[in-house]
Amino acid sequence: MKYAVPMKYIDEFRQPELIARTSEEIRRLADTGRHYRMMEVCGGHTHAIYRFGLKDLLPPNIELVHGPGCPVCVLPMGRIDDGLSIAARDGVIFTAFGDMMRVPGTLGSPLEHKARGADIRIVYSPADALKLARANPDRHVMFFAIGFETTAPSTALTLMRARAEGIRNFSVFCNHVTIIPAMRAILDSPDMRIDAFIGPGHVSTVIGCRPYEWIARHEGKPIVVSGFEPLDVLQSVVMLLRQLQQGEAKVENQYRRVVPWDGNRAALKAMQEVFTLRSYFEWRGMGFISQSALALNENYAEWDAEKRFSVPGIRVTDPKAAQCGEVLKGVLKPVQCKLFGNECTPERPVGALMVSSEGACAAYHQYEHRKSMLVSLPA
Amino acid sequence: MVAASPKIRFRDAQIEMAHGAGGKASRRLIEGLFAPILFGSSPEPLGDAAHISLNGTRIAITADSFVVSPLSFPGGSIGELAVNGTVNDLAVSGARAEALVVTYVLEAGLPTDVLEAEVRAMGRAAGAAGVKIAGGDTKVVEHGKADRMYITTAGVGRPIPGIHCSAGSARPGDVILVSGPIGDHGITILLARGELDLEADLCSDTRPVLGMVEALAAAVAPGLRWMRDPTRGGVATALNEFARDCGLGVYLFEDRVPVRDAVRGACELLGLDPLHIANEGQFLAVVAPEYAEAALEALQRTPGGHESRMIGEVREQPACAVLGLTPYGGTRIVDMLVGDPLPRIC
Repeated sequence: MKYAVPMKYIDEFRQPELIARTSEEIRRLADTGRHYRMMEVCGGHTHAIYRFGLKDLLPPNIELVHGPGCPVCVLPMGRIDDGLSIAARDGVIFTAFGDMMRVPGTLGSPLEHKARGADIRIVYSPADALKLARANPDRHVMFFAIGFETTAPSTALTLMRARAEGIRNFSVFCNHVTIIPAMRAILDSPDMRIDAFIGPGHVSTVIGCRPYEWIARHEGKPIVVSGFEPLDVLQSVVMLLRQLQQGEAKVENQYRRVVPWDGNRAALKAMQEVFTLRSYFEWRGMGFISQSALALNENYAEWDAEKRFSVPGIRVTDPKAAQCGEVLKGVLKPVQCKLFGNECTPERPVGALMVSSEGACAAYHQYEHRKSMLVSLPA
Repeated sequence: MVAASPKIRFRDAQIEMAHGAGGKASRRLIEGLFAPILFGSSPEPLGDAAHISLNGTRIAITADSFVVSPLSFPGGSIGELAVNGTVNDLAVSGARAEALVVTYVLEAGLPTDVLEAEVRAMGRAAGAAGVKIAGGDTKVVEHGKADRMYITTAGVGRPIPGIHCSAGSARPGDVILVSGPIGDHGITILLARGELDLEADLCSDTRPVLGMVEALAAAVAPGLRWMRDPTRGGVATALNEFARDCGLGVYLFEDRVPVRDAVRGACELLGLDPLHIANEGQFLAVVAPEYAEAALEALQRTPGGHESRMIGEVREQPACAVLGLTPYGGTRIVDMLVGDPLPRIC
């Protein structure tokens, strides 16, 4: 459809003619005698791939493997229970991004707790949570912070502001995780054989492209930091194929309009001011990974929800039949988990992968899995 | 050919916001709790209005409640929604609304001028839609027990001659039309809530669609298979219900679906799909292929119908599902709404 006013930075990257040409280039470059396994690390890429039907535009010998880049999915259920135990206290307002609201804890999701009377509210940024704290001096506002390095800076800046303004009825329950240890865990895993990486786009706006250099240099895998529009993803595949064809392995930046090679210095500085690296953190399905998550440092102890409130801290293992971990690592496709579509659906999820906007299972369930019933697709 | 609907027993322990969103959860609640108890073992799929016989005369009857927040928004208010929503439910079931009865549940403390404004809006909307308000009821509850006001309208109407709509009459090859751009109402409400620092030149599309339905009936009644107004849950949910009810598949050509730039922009920013957003002044029609051109022409000639488009086709596969065709040759399933991204929308 011809739009009256093309949307900048979106429509240019959705032009059918360019997409068709890039798709042809991919077919030309891909060696028919070879099976390529490319991992898209970021859940946002998984969603984009299925939402835009991009898999249909790739030849069958390019397999896309879904990575663990979903910060909600990798949280063990125990952390959600801990956060919700604080929500249950008198006078507490529990705030989080909308993405958290349907994630199951042992006693239900935040939305279910809300329906039972807990004061749980969606915010679009931690600054909104701080605003709530200012507006409600007799209540305590807790922000359940999630995300990779993408969202950590805004949490940091909000805490710096809380401190500067002396706002005491505010705290952060910090679940920020870092992407590099997760990628290391994937590469160290014996069941994995990945040829190349479609690199996370938005994390890279903060950390830049340098942190991925070890993947190219020491592991010998090409990595292209990619945008999220159809043309971005397809162009990244072209760039990866070219590297693989030449036997090269280097870091390239396809998302140059947004990602600076050196990252965002101000954002990184704010993170250093507020956070410290936890010595270890448990990731769903991947066990304990050292130095993979952030906590508030001593200067911000007063705003650290885990220090202000005592939480159960109980480790909750996933139901035995659930294969969230394998799907997160890319070992299994969502549809290969025994619970997919039966016991585990977006309406009644067993794990976060089925409800998060970056979860592989959610993407598959929403956009893809019923396509297999098609006998033939239109020309 | 009607596909057998699976027996869904409603097993949730408590009611959640999602059960009111118009998507999968709503359908489970209605099919799993209300229908078995109240409708017995009727094989008819649930529609927007019921057509019943009274002493040999066929009449259409429907009811709807309105809990929109905020009460007033660009393009309309709850009073108008309450009239147009019920007039439209009757229209897409193939009936012309004759009379409405309305009930108001008012919260103590509601300023009288707010109430008066809505009653006036309702009166104006009824006049514009050509429908009589025959009576009603009012209740007042304590402060905090009803968010300002809730309105319910029940409407009765006369079947429009020549229209015999049912999902079961659909056949592969049928064409799907929409009466205009989608997503205006839901996004207007979202922005009117003021929780987001977003502004747009947008207003609710609330209006009666009866005129367009009658134009369609006059032009193509023998080929008119099915109609629905895509309110909560959006076009995606309505088409999924159609696909399930007829046991066939729907191909939706994404680049033919009309969406205003402001709606598209807001949806891109917020990660919403326009296909899931509520509309209050549009409807979908499924028409036999030999009547499709005439149907589109009739709609486009009618005041308010100039943005009508053909957006899809009925196919054998994927049975009971909707497949979206992207502008670049890819496909993806278009699912019913899950969860509730925009509560209290209408």
